[in-house]
Amino acid sequence: MVDQALVELRGVKLAYGVGRDSTLAVDGLDMRIGKGEFVAVVGPSGCGKSTLMKLVTGLLPPTSGEIIVHGQTVTKPIKGVGMAFQNPTLMPWRTTMDNVLLPMEVVEPHKRRFRRHRAEYEERAMKLLRTVGLADFSQKFPWQLSGGMQQRSNLCRALIHEPEILMLDEPFGALDAFTREELWGVMQALWLEQRFTAVLVTHDLREAVYLADTVYVMSRRPGKIVLVQQVELPRPRTLASTFEPAFVDLVHKLRDRIHLEHA
Amino acid sequence: MENLERNRLLRLAMPWLVMIVFFAIWELACVVFAIEEIILPRPSKVFEVIVLRFDILLKFCLQTLWSTVIGFGLAIAGGLLLGLAIGASPFVYSGLYPLLIAFNAIPKVAIVPILMIWVGVGFLPAIITAFVISFFPIVVNVATGLATIEPEMRDVMRSLGATRTEILVKVGIPRAMPYLFASLKVAITLAFIGSVIAETVGGNNGIGFLMLSAGARNDAPTTFAGLFAIAIMGILMYAICAWFERRMTKWAFRGELVS
Repeated sequence: MVDQALVELRGVKLAYGVGRDSTLAVDGLDMRIGKGEFVAVVGPSGCGKSTLMKLVTGLLPPTSGEIIVHGQTVTKPIKGVGMAFQNPTLMPWRTTMDNVLLPMEVVEPHKRRFRRHRAEYEERAMKLLRTVGLADFSQKFPWQLSGGMQQRSNLCRALIHEPEILMLDEPFGALDAFTREELWGVMQALWLEQRFTAVLVTHDLREAVYLADTVYVMSRRPGKIVLVQQVELPRPRTLASTFEPAFVDLVHKLRDRIHLEHA
Repeated sequence: MENLERNRLLRLAMPWLVMIVFFAIWELACVVFAIEEIILPRPSKVFEVIVLRFDILLKFCLQTLWSTVIGFGLAIAGGLLLGLAIGASPFVYSGLYPLLIAFNAIPKVAIVPILMIWVGVGFLPAIITAFVISFFPIVVNVATGLATIEPEMRDVMRSLGATRTEILVKVGIPRAMPYLFASLKVAITLAFIGSVIAETVGGNNGIGFLMLSAGARNDAPTTFAGLFAIAIMGILMYAICAWFERRMTKWAFRGELVS
């Protein structure tokens, strides 16, 4: 286990709505995420995985319990987080380059320097686009890109300002199997280079084991953590490693636990 | 290939062909049924009047055009501001929306006499009527554009630490632009209706006044010439708005760009 937690959840509970109509999304969530750790959260559908993302980033205040980031209780959206959703949410009126540069126009201290040092920032964005194989598409608009390319630019946008925490809400969910597996590799390479703290919400167990240091399994609604599984497979992991017995065993173990929830 | 080219030309020619057929039927009907000129003048007679009295028509047309464009310009400015306020704040929305709908339901012809008491005859009633009639669609469209921002887009911005103003400027306003331009095409034709109504009910200039006085003299061809003039101005202004729409929000027409 990690000794110094960057993100900590203590008995977090969240109810949507009030009174008799209220539904409990998560209840009694406890998590400790270390700095630079890659965490995956899996669970049956509708178990409140996405709610967890919004709780950690402070977009939703918990009904009770505490969320601590950097030793501070979270009460409002925490700044400088990178987020990527299943839907790429690129702005159709901006080119890929301008989309990737968006955080620079918003996040301090880049915001103040952006206008004068645009070339420098563009170079930085270009470097990132090159690592994901989009160098030739920087001047294209999102609707001129394929789904996989849009998701790559989405990842670049989430990472350009080098956030300490990266939240990924099923970012590869809508892609075809080949593109998805390719992007696992891209994601891992980016993480190995920048070592940000990442929280990945997914329903793909192979994806979780491929990318994460620790996999959390959530129960049915109201979601709580029912299993914490360390993944101690060597890095960098490759597609070949997904067929090794150790990898397959882990996936089976997670799958069995989730099946219990459906029973 | 040749077929494609022919199709394209045919598509361009269609509006003109339809118009020619329409006027031909009209002309023919007038002759065959011996309709009196005071009831329905033949289109050839109307065009004759247009040519003969072109300078007078142009003068009155320009008056109407000015009133309309000024009222329309004010409606864009006001509609954009109010639309942004309504779309950005649920409180402004719930407070103002019912009032706006009530106001929009009032027949604008009813407010012209009131306007005349307030500001007298002349250009002002026409400008104000054009403004109030074309204001509503702009407000509603801009507010819709803002209100339909994807929640994920908002979350991305908020998690970057963006303020409400930043979200409005970087996401809201660009997002509302196609909605604004779509509404302008509707609003400009409404603005013409507004200014002509004001000129007809109580004015001393503009094409509406010209038509009214021609009607009073039983001069049907001139009245119809006025109608044609309004229609032509309407088409021209619509085309200008459509052109602006394509230039400003190219990204919203992606389907056509790709094909």
